[in-house]
Amino acid sequence: MNKDILICGVGGQGTVLASKLIASAFMHDGNTVHSAETIGMAQRGGSVTSHVRIGDSAFSPLIPDGKADLILCFEPAEAVRNLKYLKKDGTVIVNSQPVKPITETLENTGYNGSEMIEYLKKKCKKCIVVDANTLCESLGSSKFFNIAIIGVAAGSKELGLDNDAIVKQIETKVKEKFVEVNKKAFALGFSIGEKHAA
Amino acid sequence: MKKEYVMGNSAIAIGALCSGVKVVCGYPGTPSTEIIETIYHVPHENVHLEWSVNEKAAMEVAASASYAGARSLVTMKQVGLNVASDPLMSLAYVGVKGGMVIVVADDPGPISSQTEQDTRMFANFCRIPVFDPASPEQAFKMVQDAFEYSEKYHTPVILRPTTRVCHAYASIEFDENYSVKPFDGFEKDSSKWVIFPKLSFKNHAMIEKRNVEIGKDFSEYKFNCVLNPKAKSRKAVIATGDSFSYVKEALLNTDDVTLIQVGTPHPLPEDFLLKALDGIDEVLCVEELSPYIENEVLRLCGKHHLKLNVYGKNTNHMPLSGENSVALVSKVLDNFLGTKISAAINFTDDAPNLLVRPPVLCAGCSHRGAFYAVKVAMKKKKAYFCGDIGCYTLGNAKPLDMVDTCLCMGAGVTMSQGFNFVDPEATSFAFIGDSTFFASGLTGVVNAVYNEANVIICILDNSTTAMTGHQPHPGTGFNLMGNLVDKVDIKKVLEGIGVHKIVTVDPLDLKASVAAVKDCAQIKGVKAIIFKSPCISIVKPKTKYEITDNCNACRVCIKKLGCPAIIMKGDKVSIDESLCVGCSVCAQICPRKSIKEANHE
Repeated sequence: MNKDILICGVGGQGTVLASKLIASAFMHDGNTVHSAETIGMAQRGGSVTSHVRIGDSAFSPLIPDGKADLILCFEPAEAVRNLKYLKKDGTVIVNSQPVKPITETLENTGYNGSEMIEYLKKKCKKCIVVDANTLCESLGSSKFFNIAIIGVAAGSKELGLDNDAIVKQIETKVKEKFVEVNKKAFALGFSIGEKHAA
Repeated sequence: MKKEYVMGNSAIAIGALCSGVKVVCGYPGTPSTEIIETIYHVPHENVHLEWSVNEKAAMEVAASASYAGARSLVTMKQVGLNVASDPLMSLAYVGVKGGMVIVVADDPGPISSQTEQDTRMFANFCRIPVFDPASPEQAFKMVQDAFEYSEKYHTPVILRPTTRVCHAYASIEFDENYSVKPFDGFEKDSSKWVIFPKLSFKNHAMIEKRNVEIGKDFSEYKFNCVLNPKAKSRKAVIATGDSFSYVKEALLNTDDVTLIQVGTPHPLPEDFLLKALDGIDEVLCVEELSPYIENEVLRLCGKHHLKLNVYGKNTNHMPLSGENSVALVSKVLDNFLGTKISAAINFTDDAPNLLVRPPVLCAGCSHRGAFYAVKVAMKKKKAYFCGDIGCYTLGNAKPLDMVDTCLCMGAGVTMSQGFNFVDPEATSFAFIGDSTFFASGLTGVVNAVYNEANVIICILDNSTTAMTGHQPHPGTGFNLMGNLVDKVDIKKVLEGIGVHKIVTVDPLDLKASVAAVKDCAQIKGVKAIIFKSPCISIVKPKTKYEITDNCNACRVCIKKLGCPAIIMKGDKVSIDESLCVGCSVCAQICPRKSIKEANHE
């Protein structure tokens, strides 16, 4: 299998864990996997991306422009920022809740993400918009959205892995006390994703 | 054998352990930090592991271990090599006994560094071998090969990964039953280990002769290789480091071009290149940072009268700065080969304006309190604010805007002195973190005392090396051998040096902090304020703050502090509960006292 998945958001939203789970799930499925993260100075409130590359013909650690099959994004503007990576017929799954940088708060320009979501809908062949706050309401915190979005990807069949493959990784890779709530987040996302399955 | 999916830096760490490394030293710096962190977290019985106080110290500790026949590893980022260059230049002349590998991580872009310097040039300058991996898998093998070559030729060897190799993940397979390679111990021989001009003269000649030999040896090395050697085209591409991976991917469906990897840029594998370029009329050099290989190929052309057109950075075919990518390389290749591999990707040209996300101090960061206190105390007074390398460089961001200069590790302390000497009427400040203070701030303080500067040195002591991910340092009281050790007390150090006045204050207590700054500003001589409060990433919060109904949305808290936890919700100011760590600084400055501790019932 050859597949390129970009996971992006803002520092602190759980991009790294999400990409680790996806990478190891594909590996357990017998695939060659490479990945890369942007870490360092960019981590503090900055844009964060993880590139997960599945298959034997991926040599660059980063996904080349226009090659990503799937973008999972935790923030509307970050999805637009990384849209250059998406294939022409690729899919974007995006959280509609914005994260305002401090520069935005200082200038109070009223950014709320909606303009970005409209643009994504216009540009992408398939764009699944999920409100993380609504989805995660019953979980007590939207910080579990990073797992829920993998559920959406799996449920909509965009990920190309089944339910069990991810759940197994949650059980082995996530801290024990968070396993149950993350499994619940995944299941919630999965059921939303199923509604978007082609 | 064990198979693991690891980061490039971890692959280097495991490779070194598999080579039987005995001593591992380094100083944290993105993108090299995780090498030592990996060794700390995996089994490393009988290995001496340390975060050294700086890169120079690391180099010297490792050097003597190698003199004694043990294998040693030193890690740093590229600018760290500037600090360690003094011992390295001489060490190149003296040589080593046990294998010594220096990992220097370069940072094209630059993504998190001050410079785009090229460590291959440094290796050439020192006249020592350098390995240039294209992937984590190659880095894993090259570090092991580097130890072998180091021992074979009695020379320190550099492994030079770049950010994309350091922070990429791949699967590696290794024998987990590694152990420290036995060694003989140090044999005293002052004619060998004590550098004098006579020895340097003798060894210089020896090194130049030896490098020719290593170049021949490298010509047979597996990572100096040719893909598509049977291509009919008379054009070739030479690529090094991660650029080799980019070109390889870009040319995936094109097998009519000779692609050459140079995995050991110095000493140049001349025989290999002459053979690989035989029958080639035009060559494109794809590399990041300096046109190193390009210049070497040009040198070969002159030396061997090759009829070869060489393209790259010198001919503006490749950009002179920044990092490469598959997209960038594809465009250049299309231009060079007449192919059409670069898909037109411009369908996001009409994207709405994107907000920028500059790096900022974390919500509740104690540095914010320190900068704000100095700003308030110096309001309407002429002052210079000399910053340094660490999280607190981010004090430059608006609205704080409290960093006038930032040059290199430790420079703030000394630069504040220069400003004082040219403008004695103004107040000169230096801001330096605790780890940076130990790394290279100390000598600057001695300089200030000795040369009678009038400066205020603000030590932002958050009890960790925060920017690179919370490494311990001499002030933290524990080390990588897992031992609790005596803390080196910054206050006592300053007293010992002879600093006139030393105040320790909590930066989250604005009133006390402002008073401390004002107090110090009135006194002549070298003053130090130790702003002491732990990094919020280490000491977890106990309280949170919230905005009460009394708030009239004047936004003073937002405009003065720029804390990411304070946001606008419609017309209302609000505190993001998930980000607030209860530093209380906003509550202290609110003109209407409308920010209160949240009730937890």
